[in-house]
Amino acid sequence: MSIFKDAGHLFRFAGLFVLAFLVFLVVRHYVVPKSFGQYGHYRGAAIGEIAQHPAKFAGHEACETCHSDVADKKKAGKHAHVNCEACHGAIFERLPVAEQPKPNLFQRAVALVVHPLPSDPPLLRHAEDPTVKPVLPDTAVLCASCHTASAAKPKGFPQVVPAEHSNGMPCETCHQPHSPGMATPVAAAGGAK
Amino acid sequence: MNLSRRQMLILLPAAAVAWKSVLAGSPEESPNYKMTDHWWGMLIDIPKCIGCGNCVRACATENDVPDGYFRTWVERYHRSDWPMNESGEVTANPLIVPEVISPDGGKEGFPAATDESGKYFFVPKMCNHCADSPCTQVCPVGATFISPDGVVLVDQKYCLGCAYCVQACPYGCRYVHPTKEVADKCTLCYHRITQGLTTACCEACPTGARQLVDLKNPNDPIHEFLKTHSVQVLKPQMATGAKLFYNDLDGSVR
Repeated sequence: MSIFKDAGHLFRFAGLFVLAFLVFLVVRHYVVPKSFGQYGHYRGAAIGEIAQHPAKFAGHEACETCHSDVADKKKAGKHAHVNCEACHGAIFERLPVAEQPKPNLFQRAVALVVHPLPSDPPLLRHAEDPTVKPVLPDTAVLCASCHTASAAKPKGFPQVVPAEHSNGMPCETCHQPHSPGMATPVAAAGGAK
Repeated sequence: MNLSRRQMLILLPAAAVAWKSVLAGSPEESPNYKMTDHWWGMLIDIPKCIGCGNCVRACATENDVPDGYFRTWVERYHRSDWPMNESGEVTANPLIVPEVISPDGGKEGFPAATDESGKYFFVPKMCNHCADSPCTQVCPVGATFISPDGVVLVDQKYCLGCAYCVQACPYGCRYVHPTKEVADKCTLCYHRITQGLTTACCEACPTGARQLVDLKNPNDPIHEFLKTHSVQVLKPQMATGAKLFYNDLDGSVR
């Protein structure tokens, strides 16, 4: 083969080039995550990881499976569209650290070996343990957070100046939060708008 | 087997590429949720918002948002009547210079408005989950992206924390997390909507001013709503394809 005469140096270069390309492919294989490019220029597995975040609001449907009496009462009243956790707070909210159940010796030993870093405190599971109660809201603060009068609120929204409205009486004297229509006549309760 | 050097040189890289695709495997699929069946957005009904801040608190609880940072927040706008000085000259155009406040993101509500003049309204804000998002385009490492179901997400394992996306977002919806030191933003409660729940802010909103919408669902009430109401997005001139729809949005909102 006369055309390959004196072409040895070209083949050596070609060999080096191919070798470098193979090294590149191997390195790339280990460096680029497997799911990168699955849906686009990003790590596809990240979508599943983000979806793993624990939910803390269970949704009103979850509450209504047990508390159907409250749900029925609420449906008939003006707070029909206010979801349970809007007032009672998230069901799976964490307990304050002091109230967390303390791990026993065995659990602590396991935790030390398996993951030495302190893990997140467990989530409250009211659904699994009904003695673990969601926060019972303080109506004086809770009701006022929506119904305090302000020129900025929509005109049709029921709003009062709390100090003038109730003479310091708690809201639930007249209004039951689950169905806030007047339980007793306004005059009897000594308050008005 | 008798291979020439030339054949070997062609075959080796080809084999390497083939082997790589074998190792990559097939994508995992969730049996109950198909990303291609959804295209998420949100409707914000401004006349219904009372500025109670429930959404801001719920978001912080649900997503462990650090104090002083917000994935969603509420602004209160005040458009004064045409202000004039004594000689009758107009001093400011209230459509261009509205008064905007958002104390602690509206987390604990707003001070009572005393000035009865002009027009007041609340504007809840959050990530617009743009279909052509500037924030995903500037990421140098592919750590932020628009998911196949239309949610703008951050891959926090891949993010370098360079904050280009924080600068690129025209709506100011991103921040660098103070302890994780990576970009953080509204995920549209992706962990909830993929389970059939609504977002934490929608769940906590007492007046229904926020509604999660699925534009690919033909039975979603959003389609009828869009036909019958005057609905806008923020900064339409930026062509971001925003999917945060505002009903009855005032022209002074930026």
